[in-house]
Amino acid sequence: MIFTLHIWRQKSPQVGGSFSTYIINNIDGDTSFLEMLDQLNEQLIHQNEDCIVFDYDCREGICGACSLVINGYPHGEKTATTTCQLYMREYKNETELWIEPWRANSFAVLKDLTVDRSAFDRIIQSGGYVSVHTGSAPEANNILVEKNTADEAFSAAECIGCGACVAVCPNASASLFVAAKISHLMLLPQGEIESNGRAHNMMMQMQDEGFGSCSNHRYCERVCPKGISLQNITRMNNILG
Amino acid sequence: MSILNAKEPIGPLEMRWKKHLFDLALVAPQNRNKHKIIVIGTGLAGASLCATLGEAGYRVSSFCFQDSPRRAHSIAAQGGINATKNYQNDGDSVWRLFYDTIKGGDFRARESNVYRLAELSANIIDQAVAQGVPFAREYSGYLANRSFGGTQVSRTFYARSQTGQQLLLGAYGAMSRQVESGQVTHHSRTEMLEIITIDGKARGVVVRDLISGELSTHLADCVVLCTGGYSNAYYLSTNAKGCNTSATWRAFKQGAYFANPGFTQIHPTCIPPTGENQSKLTLMSESLRNDGRIWAPKNKADCKKNPKDIKEEDRDYFLERLYPAFANLVPRDVASRAVKHICDEGYGVGVKIHNQRLGVYLDFSNVIEKIGLEAVEEKYGNLFEMYERITDENPCETPMKIYPAPHYSMGGLWVDYNLMTTLDGLFAAGEANFSDHGANRLGASALMQGLADGYFILPQTIANYLARNTFDDIDENHDQVQVALSSVKNRIDQLMQAPDAQHSPEYFHQKLGKILWESCGMSRERGKLEQAIVELNDLKCEFWQKIKVTGIDKDLNQTLERAGRMADFIELGELMCKDALKREESCGAHAREEYLSSGGEAKRDDENFSFVSAWEYHKEGAKLHEEHLHFEFIKPTVRNYK
Repeated sequence: MIFTLHIWRQKSPQVGGSFSTYIINNIDGDTSFLEMLDQLNEQLIHQNEDCIVFDYDCREGICGACSLVINGYPHGEKTATTTCQLYMREYKNETELWIEPWRANSFAVLKDLTVDRSAFDRIIQSGGYVSVHTGSAPEANNILVEKNTADEAFSAAECIGCGACVAVCPNASASLFVAAKISHLMLLPQGEIESNGRAHNMMMQMQDEGFGSCSNHRYCERVCPKGISLQNITRMNNILG
Repeated sequence: MSILNAKEPIGPLEMRWKKHLFDLALVAPQNRNKHKIIVIGTGLAGASLCATLGEAGYRVSSFCFQDSPRRAHSIAAQGGINATKNYQNDGDSVWRLFYDTIKGGDFRARESNVYRLAELSANIIDQAVAQGVPFAREYSGYLANRSFGGTQVSRTFYARSQTGQQLLLGAYGAMSRQVESGQVTHHSRTEMLEIITIDGKARGVVVRDLISGELSTHLADCVVLCTGGYSNAYYLSTNAKGCNTSATWRAFKQGAYFANPGFTQIHPTCIPPTGENQSKLTLMSESLRNDGRIWAPKNKADCKKNPKDIKEEDRDYFLERLYPAFANLVPRDVASRAVKHICDEGYGVGVKIHNQRLGVYLDFSNVIEKIGLEAVEEKYGNLFEMYERITDENPCETPMKIYPAPHYSMGGLWVDYNLMTTLDGLFAAGEANFSDHGANRLGASALMQGLADGYFILPQTIANYLARNTFDDIDENHDQVQVALSSVKNRIDQLMQAPDAQHSPEYFHQKLGKILWESCGMSRERGKLEQAIVELNDLKCEFWQKIKVTGIDKDLNQTLERAGRMADFIELGELMCKDALKREESCGAHAREEYLSSGGEAKRDDENFSFVSAWEYHKEGAKLHEEHLHFEFIKPTVRNYK
């Protein structure tokens, strides 16, 4: 297959960027989206050009590093999939693909397709944990958790922190990310005690980082590669009052 | 050759860690803030260590090359974590986990360390549950367990097939709490490129800011490497693309011995390779072997047929046939070799690559019939989805195809009982050290080891080191700091300006991977290893002549990052082959063709090779030291899973 790739190139956060167009051929359907970019980068090295920078690591859809907006969709149009798990068989031959970084004021573009997501770390630092000291834990089966509750907490805990929810949101809100963590921990007896303070602190931090508020567009739920539910935001709003 | 001393405590096995804890010196709470500790890597070992040291009151500086500590490769571990809770009342105990681990490692691990690991395992589950790690539960609200390869009890705790993710997020949360409190200063997108050694002690690191390309030095009282394993040397592996050996290799070159580099694990259940441009292989959790049955066609003519058209009586459930007692749950090395053997004999299935079909079936039809589709999906749903996404086939309808792939390195930096390397003040934890898995790691043991090292062992042994040593004030102007910094600068210059720049890091990685996979993979043999050592030497020369890095070094330059990691991988590859050549026996995952029984089982040579090989760096070639293993409590026997 042959693809025409319009890729966002930007040298640094301080300078503006623009699309550059590349043609790539000999791509077969079992090639992943990122493997296609690998091949393009090999060509660029051959032509003495600087490679296209993009984040990736596990290539199994779990580390949350990869982050491309493809034809307007974070992680591409296929639902519940990260970019690294996207295969070229999803696209018709000779398609034009527009590849951009996450776009949000709180995620500065570092170079090309790579953005700074450290705001997410700071949000977690503001309270996204149970304050338990190593060594002070009780016997594990002393804390019983009803299976359905544990499953629900798990579904919220699956968030991989990729930032697709922010990238798609017209307000660049991080509500789904924040709510997933608040929800995961408040559902469990271990985390319930701190839920009020946690929710408040994390929300404040989200605002301080410049993320917008949720106004129920619900795009985040649709693009989330892990299918994190909007119900988490409702739960968060309830506790924030 | 010298004999290494692991400084193990003596006496009854059950008392060793307890006694050792009492013998270790302490740092009083009011003095802890005076000590600074550098931690490299934020996977399970690194994050749990940062959290615990921070809580204790030490000042910690942590570094990771990823854009967030939460993305370290521990996140990808699927199946579970072992612990001797014996919740299933099926005869588990500390002693049994200890025994299983020693036996699984084919009697090439240290008894004292392994016993301590088994002892601490239960505590890890308590800690993780308290943090809110959402382990699988029964309807009663109690924690659920499953069984795993190489054992006959159900002692594995799991969080669907994302156990590593959930445990890492727990440790990352605990670490984040210490960042908030100010005890831990963390640096993401920062790669360690050199250890600073002063008066024979590790006192700091040189790091490169991966965004700006700027180099800086950081000084401390000691340094801990929690930087993972090196299976990525094989190019196609289950490791994340960024996994590398650079930190451990820098340590090796500064005087830390490298132990058992040839002990690498090839995991039996991975999605088979499909083509030349593939960048990595994907693991399918070993837990699938609990319910999936592995088979290949009995007749070669059936290999290209649709599996549905192959009759039940024409299917060879070869693991059940060869190993009736453990059947599909034999340890990883045994399963991988059996799969390779079947494919080498021409019974493989799937696409032909280089004239061979590399795959066997992992079939869930029996279990679906038995417990229903819904129950099977509840257990393995996300793995099935992942498989379908990659291969475009639904495992509920068509059996999965699997083939072994490099997955884990049992080898790593040599450490004593305190997890300190042979370089004073340099510690290594998790997959970066060699300590607990011998010649083969059992499933669900890596998460356990990383967290035991980080939460419970190192915080005590590091305190002991700090209490028993004095630390002169040093600053950035110290000669040794400047020497380390300039050596890093020179190296980067060499990478940027090779005399005959032609080939990308990827080109060298693929070449290296091919050599290692063929000579030092699932089967090894003298002639091939000798040949590989020559080839790797040539590859190293070619690399420094022809490596091509475009762009500039004072910038975010992923090509430069990869080139640096590749230089270290090529050198490590040579040591892997040297180690595999030197070990003239088969044990665990190390299968030397010359030392296999007629049935393809590993034939150990306890008389001559019951030791840990520990290699010391020398310019003219690494020198071997031996740590002799003493089995006081378990008598080494022939591993038998039949």
